[in-house]
Amino acid sequence: MPGPIQSIERAAAILRLLARGSGRLGLGDVAASLDLPKGTTHGILRTLQGVGFVEQDHTSGHYRLGAALLHLGTSYLDANELRSRAINWADTLAARSGEAVRIGTPLDGSVLVVHHVFRPDDTPQILDVGSLLPMHATALGKVLLAYDAELAARIRRAELTSLTRRTIVEPAALARVLGQVRTAGWASEAEECMPGEASIAAPIRAPGGLVVAAIGISGPVDRICAPSSTPAPELVRDVHDAARAVSRDLMTDG
Amino acid sequence: MAQRYVMAIDQGTTSTRCILFDQRGRLVSVAQREHQQYFPRPGWVEQDAVEIWRNVDRVVPRALRDAGASAADVVALGIANQRETAVVWDRHTGVPIGRAIVWQDIRTENLVRELERAPGSERIRERSGLPLATYFTAPRLRWMLDAIPGMRERAERGDVLFGTMETWLIWNLTGGVDGGVHATDVTNASRTLLMNLATLSWDDDLLAFFGIPRQMLPQIRPSTDIFGETRRVVPGIKIAAALGDQHAALFGQTCFARGETKCTYGTGSFLLMNTGTTLVRSTHGLLTTIGYQVAGERVVYALEGSIAVTGSLVQWFRDSLGLINSAPEIETLARTVDDNGGCYIVPAFSGLFAPHWRSEARGIIAGLTSYITKGHLARAVLESTAWQTREVVDAMNADAGLRSATLKVDGGMTADHLLMQLIADVLDVPVMRPMVAETVSLGAAYAAGLAVGYWPDLEGLRRNWHLAARWMPQMDPTHRDTEYANWQRAVKLTFDWVQ
Ligand SMILES: Nc1ncnc2c1ncn2[C@@H]1O[C@H](COP(=O)(O)OP(=O)(O)OP(=O)(O)O)[C@@H](O)[C@H]1O
Repeated sequence: MPGPIQSIERAAAILRLLARGSGRLGLGDVAASLDLPKGTTHGILRTLQGVGFVEQDHTSGHYRLGAALLHLGTSYLDANELRSRAINWADTLAARSGEAVRIGTPLDGSVLVVHHVFRPDDTPQILDVGSLLPMHATALGKVLLAYDAELAARIRRAELTSLTRRTIVEPAALARVLGQVRTAGWASEAEECMPGEASIAAPIRAPGGLVVAAIGISGPVDRICAPSSTPAPELVRDVHDAARAVSRDLMTDG
Repeated sequence: MAQRYVMAIDQGTTSTRCILFDQRGRLVSVAQREHQQYFPRPGWVEQDAVEIWRNVDRVVPRALRDAGASAADVVALGIANQRETAVVWDRHTGVPIGRAIVWQDIRTENLVRELERAPGSERIRERSGLPLATYFTAPRLRWMLDAIPGMRERAERGDVLFGTMETWLIWNLTGGVDGGVHATDVTNASRTLLMNLATLSWDDDLLAFFGIPRQMLPQIRPSTDIFGETRRVVPGIKIAAALGDQHAALFGQTCFARGETKCTYGTGSFLLMNTGTTLVRSTHGLLTTIGYQVAGERVVYALEGSIAVTGSLVQWFRDSLGLINSAPEIETLARTVDDNGGCYIVPAFSGLFAPHWRSEARGIIAGLTSYITKGHLARAVLESTAWQTREVVDAMNADAGLRSATLKVDGGMTADHLLMQLIADVLDVPVMRPMVAETVSLGAAYAAGLAVGYWPDLEGLRRNWHLAARWMPQMDPTHRDTEYANWQRAVKLTFDWVQ
């Protein structure tokens, strides 16, 4: 039996992307969100347009879901399913890094914590699954924003609240940081959300490349960013490995 | 100095895996292979012991390779195994006689009914700690001796050997026909119905009752002990521990103190409480079993409550009712409502296990009204696992005369946060999930590492145990009592169904 066909997986990812938010995106936005070359993205969009799954606005040139899709309903990755798939990798990340692990998905302009593993030092900690974190001030949030142009635009339009002296509140500065996140493939933050705390996160991708969640660690800034002010390379690698492992798990059966 | 590891083999019901752990109890590499299940007739479940042995031959080198390690880097090997599955083989050729008969197999139903009426059956529970049931090994072995032509004579001559899975693997690993060690550990032996719980040796009266020739039985050893050194697969590794899988999980969860309790939530669920060095006989429908035995020390006893249907009810909800696409979606669906809407599901699919042991009971959905949605049903599915746990814990507390202050959990269902919260709520104790989910393999590794001094003592192992998540009880006590009463009424409705 032949394996999955990549271009079909990518087409599905584009449809999911367009199904989010107001669903009007330019070619560049789509390509950047999925980390695909523009040429490839254009080819797929044209094909989808051909079958009526995608329509193009004549004046703006933006793409949106086509009428033929309306009766197909929407699908998404169930958060509890994601936790089940990720649980072993999240545990491994906590054990290796020695820090608390969280997995987040977007919800109403915030990061919804769908999984949380305690820091393995047996100090009293409280499970915060179900709580909301600020998008622009956490590594998890930056990852989700970096790969979702629509979400990023919405956040920039809203007031970016300052949580510490270091919180990025300038829309242009945030856009620059998100560009860096896309280049690096991971995000970090030092004392932007809470004084003394830092975090690192990387994207979890569903088949096709669509970023469905972010996984990351957080802890005292002197442990996460030692000795300089940039995150420790071995921690970045651990986070990256965990994100890749979960993504691979989502690709295999499901 | 090069990294040194402990190796665990988890010979499970559906697959065999090999895992390497480092000194901090962290998982380094995993290799796994599934084996085939045979269902030759309704109620019969068999496996091919040779296929399982071949899988060991594949996963062990693979786990070593993935870790970049060789036999010299492995300080010890511990084996954990599916319990009560019986295999019999020719000691001269090493070839199994027929397929292994698996713990789920109920072909001995009639035999067990006959044996119940035979004189001496009243002694079984007292001596072995177990009720006479198809679930345990002795009736299976007796069935083979009766059904396979020539088997009894060969067994009496000492030409065939019996073992549970760890025994089969140890014998093969240590050389097979060429001087293989024929041994089992106390935890596995405690599940046969043939071992005397007080003396920890094969009981002559029980052997006579079941008609089992002593010559075919393995030697009973402590759980941590040097069973021998591997001469096949990867030669030169010390086999330093063997335990039944649920006992290994107890050990992996570091439930070393009296009263400490763990529950493994998978297809079925298994709750074990460490009762220390005192043998507690259950008057509330639980099994008395061996927790583990460290070589040179007194045996640690345990009480066990087995629940037949927990995760498999979720599977039924998914596969037979088709109301969800994957097991974890049960939580999403259950969260669409705030309570069970007055609906209770008692999954007595093939009777009820602990603490009821009613084989004639059948499942029920009680309290059905037009108000009930699939969300309420999903919630009732999860609640049934919580309430079944409560019944077993209550029985345990009554038998042991002590109350466990927390419950340590593991297994696939622990990813379900709503379920874990419900369990904390109905038990009124904190529920704790450890960071290493593979507690069965970890327990086997711990026991083996302990035997060779890789870890100094039980306290050293405890320090490796880290909390990954904890759920605190939040339910209002009056509400809890009302719900429990409703659940118990629903359970009663399942009784006496099959006539
Ligand atoms: N999120 C979840 N919520 C509820 N039930 C779940 C969830 N995830 C898995 N399950 C159930 O848990 C069971 C799988 O757990 P696990 O893999 O530990 O089972 P097992 O087959 O008994 O274990 P093993 O194969 O290791 O012996 C299945 O029955 C499945 O329905």
